[in-house]
Amino acid sequence: MKRALPIIAIIVVGTVVLMILGLTTGRSSGTVGIAAGSALPGFSQNASTPEQALNNFLLDMRRRNWGRAFASIERTSDTLNEQTFVQEWSGSNGGLRSFSNLEGFETRPLHATDSDAQMRVHLHWTTPVGPVQDVRDFHMVRRGDSWKVVWDENPKPNVPAQIVPVNYLRWDLVTGNSNDEWGSRNVDAPHVRIVSMNAIDSAEGAIVMGEVVNEDTIPAFVNVNAILLDGSGGTIDEESSFDKILHVLLPKQVTPYRIDFPRVSLSKVKNVRMDVKATLVPASSDPVIGVMNQKIDTDAQGHPSLHGELFNQSGETVNIPHVIASFYDNNGKVVWVSDGYVEKALLPQSTEAFALEIPQSLAGKVQNFHVVVNQYSLQPS
Amino acid sequence: MSWSINIVCSHRRPIRWGTKILLVFAFVALGLAQDANLHAPEAPVAGSPAAIGTEGSGSATLYLVGPSSAVKHDIELGKSVSLSAQELQSAGRYVATICSSKCNSVTFFVAPAKPANVTFLVHPSRAPVAPNDAVSGVALAFDEFHNLVLTPIAVQFQLTAKGSALMSRNAETRDGIAWFRTSSGRSAGPLQVTAFLSGDVIARRIVQQVASDPCSLRIKGQKTAKGIVVETEPVRDCSGNPVPDGTVVTFTAKSGNQTSSVDAPVKQDVARATILAKGPVVISAASGVAMGNEVRIGGGN
Repeated sequence: MKRALPIIAIIVVGTVVLMILGLTTGRSSGTVGIAAGSALPGFSQNASTPEQALNNFLLDMRRRNWGRAFASIERTSDTLNEQTFVQEWSGSNGGLRSFSNLEGFETRPLHATDSDAQMRVHLHWTTPVGPVQDVRDFHMVRRGDSWKVVWDENPKPNVPAQIVPVNYLRWDLVTGNSNDEWGSRNVDAPHVRIVSMNAIDSAEGAIVMGEVVNEDTIPAFVNVNAILLDGSGGTIDEESSFDKILHVLLPKQVTPYRIDFPRVSLSKVKNVRMDVKATLVPASSDPVIGVMNQKIDTDAQGHPSLHGELFNQSGETVNIPHVIASFYDNNGKVVWVSDGYVEKALLPQSTEAFALEIPQSLAGKVQNFHVVVNQYSLQPS
Repeated sequence: MSWSINIVCSHRRPIRWGTKILLVFAFVALGLAQDANLHAPEAPVAGSPAAIGTEGSGSATLYLVGPSSAVKHDIELGKSVSLSAQELQSAGRYVATICSSKCNSVTFFVAPAKPANVTFLVHPSRAPVAPNDAVSGVALAFDEFHNLVLTPIAVQFQLTAKGSALMSRNAETRDGIAWFRTSSGRSAGPLQVTAFLSGDVIARRIVQQVASDPCSLRIKGQKTAKGIVVETEPVRDCSGNPVPDGTVVTFTAKSGNQTSSVDAPVKQDVARATILAKGPVVISAASGVAMGNEVRIGGGN
């Protein structure tokens, strides 16, 4: 026992020394990211600069250390409490954000004085639908010796309690069985048609895009496949539209589609074989989502993008809205198809903003656009 | 002693090894054909018994190989050999071989029995109203043993909707098949298509006649506290049929350089949407190839 005590004491002291060394020497002073920041709560440096303050704040948010993060912000509204602050950041109602994690971030000062600063942050999220990049501007103010993040986002007012009348419209499918007489209970597959197709080269590879219409009187589950063929008729690659299409098409509805062929150059392609598959599925026409105030503009980074707001006209929550847009030139030809997921759930009778990026090289060609909204709901409609 | 092996082709059962051996033996026997005389049955019909006449005396073995069966009988020469109805259920070519010290064979054809079933295929299951040659049907006549009846048979095709006959057409099967093609009616709803074979064999199918594309769209809108509620008048095709529920009408509102759009499904003949707009807007609607009127709302108008 007498021999063990000095050894234990040495181990404890050594561990503490190593922890302090690690916390004080590992920090970078420039761009902040995953590697930056303290490893233990309570050991972070004083926020003597806007960068440090924002870095500490984002690290707390990343670690879901909500109490410390909430205590470190400057509120502009007394109505903001910790719960709404957390919901604002981490999502709620089964939205995409509530399934996401902040993987990393990079901060960049836009403007700074002795008393306040404007910072821009590139946030890298991991989500079930792939990585999502987000750009957000933060306003920082100096309070005494330290800097604070100004949280000027007020919680959205709750939609008043109400009854939304819905004439429930849905299609069910009754199928025959093997005992049925041949031909007695056949139901034709929905009739859908590819109304346009365009193939372009991009930095990532070849892209085939266009639009599909449901010409039938029943809903259709649609998927588009494309096969790239070379000069000898051999297959170069085969891909499907995957999630870049509105899969369930109501009668007379038009959807954009886009099929990416990574690392394939269009110069090698002699022919493209298109195949649209439509199957009968049970479907619902609800919820109806309007796309309001669509406008092509430049975003905070100067990239051209289509902005707008989704408006849920129904009485059910859309957990993960997915926006798909086709962009046309002045001849009505589809020159680009873009899509993006909205991170927050779309509540009944509420709006949520969205933005879709347009390549700089195509922005000048775009004369018109058509936006559709795919919806994923945790509760089947 | 006699035994038989039945091969039911319609059920896609594989031919058994015993049958294969028997077939090989029958064909070898056929190659060694001798002068023992056989008489094929006269005009045999599927599912009816028949007899093969033989000449000579003594015992022999009969091998009967048909389209889906092979049987073997020990027989006495000089007597007719009875073939049961079950042994002749399949229409087609049969080879009967008799072997005693030598072998001889005869070939005969079994005709299908009278029609007992009709397989009726009608296309499409949904047909838009008005187009020519929109509905077609094919009837195939079979006897009770699922043999395609190749002799010409009178078939009557009848189309009825809402209790009244729209079309009746007489046809005759050719190589077992009769068909028709006709225009769809003018009103949406179920269309019953019936094929009558020899009067008592009947098959019925239903084709849903559905409205064609919307013919014209008329919209109206009004400002509310929430926004602009815009709706269509009842949407109909050019024959006056209401378009099916769920048909999407796209409302587009333009205000300056901003556009708002809603894909609203028709419910009970009317599509309705709410557009969030503050300033004056011009709202239009489209569905399929049909364009609607424009409505200006707000800005003092």
